[in-house]
Amino acid sequence: MKKKRILFCALALLVSVALGACGQGSKSSDTQATESASSENGSATDTENADASTKPDTSSDGTPTTGGSVVLGMTQDLVSLDPHETTDAGTRSVVFNMYEGLVKATSDGDLEPAVASSYVISEDATCYTFTLRDGILFSDGTAVTVEDIQYSIERYAQIQGETSSFAKAVDSVVIDDENTVSIYLTEANSEFLAQLTVAIIPASNATPAGNPIGTGPFRYVSYSVGQNLILERNEYYWGDAAYLDQVEFKFIADTETAFTQLLAGTIDILNYLTTSQVQTLETQYAEQFHVVEGSMHLVHALYLNNACEPLSDVRVRQALCYAINRDEINQFLFGGASEIIGSHMIPALTTWYEESTASMYTYDVEKAKELLTEAGYGNGFDLTITVPGSYSQHVDTAQIIASELEAVGINVTIQEVEWSSWLTDVYHNRDYEATVISFDGDLNPSDWLARYKSDASNNFFNYSSEEYDSLLEQALAAIDTNEKADLYKQMQINLAEHAVAVYIEDPADFVAVSADYGGYVFYPTSAWDMSTVYPISE
Amino acid sequence: MKKQRNYNLIIGLALTIALALMALIGHFWTPCSPTAMDASAVNLAPCLKYPLGTDNFGRDILSRIMNGSGITYLVAVCTVLIGAVGGTIIGAFTGYFGGIPDEIVMRLNDVLLSFPSVLLALLFISFLGEGTANLILALGVLFIPSFARIVRSEMIRCRDLDFVRSAKVTGVGTLRIIFAHILPNSLVSMLTSAAIGFNNAVLAEASMSYLGLGVQPPHASLGRMLSEAQSCLYVAPWYAIAPGVTIILMILGFSLISEGLRKVQNH
Amino acid sequence: MSLQYFIRKFITLILTLLLITLLTFTAFTIIPGDAAISKLGTDATEEQVEALREELGFNDPLPLRYINWLTSALHGDFGESYQYSGVTVAELLTARFPVTLLLATLSLILILVVSFPLGMLCAMYTGKWPDTLINQLSQITMAVPAFFLGMMMTWLFGLVLKWFQPGAFIDPFEDFIGCVRYMIFPTIAVALPKIAMVVKFLRNSILNELHQDYVRTARSKGVRSLRVLYGHVLKNALIPVITFLAMILAEILAGSIVVEQVFGLPGMGRLLITSISARDYPVVQAIVTYITTVVVLINFIVDVLYQFVDPRVRTTS
Repeated sequence: MKKKRILFCALALLVSVALGACGQGSKSSDTQATESASSENGSATDTENADASTKPDTSSDGTPTTGGSVVLGMTQDLVSLDPHETTDAGTRSVVFNMYEGLVKATSDGDLEPAVASSYVISEDATCYTFTLRDGILFSDGTAVTVEDIQYSIERYAQIQGETSSFAKAVDSVVIDDENTVSIYLTEANSEFLAQLTVAIIPASNATPAGNPIGTGPFRYVSYSVGQNLILERNEYYWGDAAYLDQVEFKFIADTETAFTQLLAGTIDILNYLTTSQVQTLETQYAEQFHVVEGSMHLVHALYLNNACEPLSDVRVRQALCYAINRDEINQFLFGGASEIIGSHMIPALTTWYEESTASMYTYDVEKAKELLTEAGYGNGFDLTITVPGSYSQHVDTAQIIASELEAVGINVTIQEVEWSSWLTDVYHNRDYEATVISFDGDLNPSDWLARYKSDASNNFFNYSSEEYDSLLEQALAAIDTNEKADLYKQMQINLAEHAVAVYIEDPADFVAVSADYGGYVFYPTSAWDMSTVYPISE
Repeated sequence: MKKQRNYNLIIGLALTIALALMALIGHFWTPCSPTAMDASAVNLAPCLKYPLGTDNFGRDILSRIMNGSGITYLVAVCTVLIGAVGGTIIGAFTGYFGGIPDEIVMRLNDVLLSFPSVLLALLFISFLGEGTANLILALGVLFIPSFARIVRSEMIRCRDLDFVRSAKVTGVGTLRIIFAHILPNSLVSMLTSAAIGFNNAVLAEASMSYLGLGVQPPHASLGRMLSEAQSCLYVAPWYAIAPGVTIILMILGFSLISEGLRKVQNH
Repeated sequence: MSLQYFIRKFITLILTLLLITLLTFTAFTIIPGDAAISKLGTDATEEQVEALREELGFNDPLPLRYINWLTSALHGDFGESYQYSGVTVAELLTARFPVTLLLATLSLILILVVSFPLGMLCAMYTGKWPDTLINQLSQITMAVPAFFLGMMMTWLFGLVLKWFQPGAFIDPFEDFIGCVRYMIFPTIAVALPKIAMVVKFLRNSILNELHQDYVRTARSKGVRSLRVLYGHVLKNALIPVITFLAMILAEILAGSIVVEQVFGLPGMGRLLITSISARDYPVVQAIVTYITTVVVLINFIVDVLYQFVDPRVRTTS
């Protein structure tokens, strides 16, 4: 989300093409990486393959070894170390290393058993039963019990609040015996498994924020506000032990400073690079770093207030879709490496993604003018785009959009606001015309699409469609995956046809990794998994 | 000695006029459009077509500087005007009359002066919203106390001088004494502080825009360009140098003028 | 008299502080944005926001909140930060203060070491080439914005010449020497424009003093000019310069926000900016109180010192 401005020229194109090739090479060559020490736990076998596939090896990398430590730079501080209090993608990405739920996300967008070794979903999708992994320990060496599971789920529901979707969905958590726990839902929900990545923490820990204990591959060492979070390898981890002895997440004020620190060798891994930074690394620091290319897994778009004149007219919104050249934005900001999208879903969620939406609107100024004339705005109109000023990726996108819309007579004013003002005015009070922002989501398609429901509290687009609402209702109730997928795809088409927003791209994510380390893996959810990263032996 | 004294003023005036002229031309005509983007000309080094190179959107830096220095000048002139007019009115009355109102206003002045100015500007901007007009307003208000202080001390210095006393005796109105008799006498010291004010205003605009609180994109201002250039420092150092040097020349022009004026006054 | 003056100044100091904290407080209730919403972000539920608002005491009436803050601040308790839960403002400030203090001290040393010889050189060779050269140089130096200087230094010394590692700030408590070495360039960025000012100020102050009657008398009695310079003139000429230096010190201690931003120093200025964006009111309030206290206190000390040092200021009314 935090990306800085980008450039693009003939040279950058060459570089990105080379990068793309390199990235692909890495993906194909790595699956058979290392078959590391097999788990002592027999019941873990079903996850072993998945584990291996999340340990890719980049072509430039040497042999993985254990030991060493890395510093990962990030441009925000953490909201809380209490896993049930985290509300932002950055914090979630970090605590992913310390905590696990009953199930956890894999790098290819699936869920694998974690604290539970297996699970059964009842046929009507109202009861989820989990078997506790045999012998699993918390990072302080105490055993995980079914009571801890019950405590964690109930605590999370309580913190989320009574009206949250999680609390509403869970009816009760019942301990069947000392190895099994059942979660009963208030109504059928076949997607609930993805919600059960909720961290399992010990019930005996009175201060989860100050003394974090979980079951993840790393355990807490220290946290200093505004400075860093230090983790070390969790020796009690049930699965494949992490390669690294220690990981430091270092908080840096802005991306420029972070990049300078990367070049200076203060930090080893930095994500969300701009293409100009990639260009710098490729041309001047090729021996010290390699750049891994993935996706940010965000829906980056020009979001429109559908309740506000003249954007309430679907023809005007469609005109905007035709008048904005998404390829140009992609080219300027990501050297063309991003994936163009046409609705509110990322391509990485292959089961749910509707591909046809991406090509529904192609750049066509004439068509845009026609639609505007039809709607009675042949001479254009004034449009204010409100953007959070601290995110230069969004400010830059707004600048490009402003210059593109000039061609159809729309006079754009860009209004930069502080992030807290954006949250209050735009997101909560819906007092805006248009804004550029990116949304993340989890493995559930509903997490992405439910916000367009007419009465959703986070429907800050003010979109209202009975057809959409009923599709969503059916999709949530559907149990068969194919049927479900079909409904979700119809919803994406509905959004695209009504041009609810000008969907642009799933932004490319360039990650710089010091040449001494390998094994960086991308996840479709918020996760910076450090357990797969290893030092390369010379 | 005499020659040197003139040099400051002459060079300062020449620099300022040349830059102002460039900004004026830039308002009506620039070699390229300052906002037109070109994906095939991103971050080009200075060349014949683009004498100062291009930025990360392929925009011509020379055109943006010509256009952007206009905004910088506008902010500086308006800010100093607000500060000078407000400060003169407050300083003139409190200085001339003295007494309790003077004491209160001067204490308030002290408060404002000891308040971190960036914070005050930040608060103003958060309250008013970002944008050029609000930036001018916020900086203008910030400039009032220092002008008020200068005018006040001039008033105190002059109010007991003979020519003021004789004016009083001959029945000249108070307003007339303040604005027709005393103020013209302190014109030089006010001009000097105005030149210093310009100086600070250009710096303040640049700093605020650098912190992302000033002029809104896609408009160019020198400070905004510098902040955008920071991320391209590795691949396009010329992007930072061009607006930076323009700011330096602008400030140098003003400070040479103020230096020159001070010497005229001392003479 | 002196005591009366002292008391009057002291009351002004207290009043100024009260006014400023009240001003910040009011400003923060007017400006848009909400600490609870900023902290929780887009995924927060209404309940979470409401619970946090209640916890932070946002639902209390405004005057009550100010008085609450004031009473605990008087007891030295500045409360807890909004943006970092469980961290007290005092902890945050004590972590940042050494950085700002170190930067201020180093800058002051650099300013003294460089500007005094240069200023005296100028005064000794008034109108000759060293004077003109230094004068023109300082004129140009003063025109360079601090952040532009910082950017250019990062680029030239950090990226091209690799003399220092940009952004690789070292904690002074872990490696003091390393920290000082890292601080060299930020120090130069802070000090350079000030050096130019001090040189100019010192030169004019010395020249001013040289035109005084007692110097002329000494000269006419045949005292060598260098001895005059060191023995008498400098002592008197330094008095206004010290005031000027105190003002500069206050300015640096109050936070060189932009320089900290460019060099990535974890100082007070940076904390102030992030706290304003996060609407972290207790932190902002504490920093503002700190900055104002420093500024007002230094002015106060200078005023009082003046009374003792310079007999001409000591009034007898």
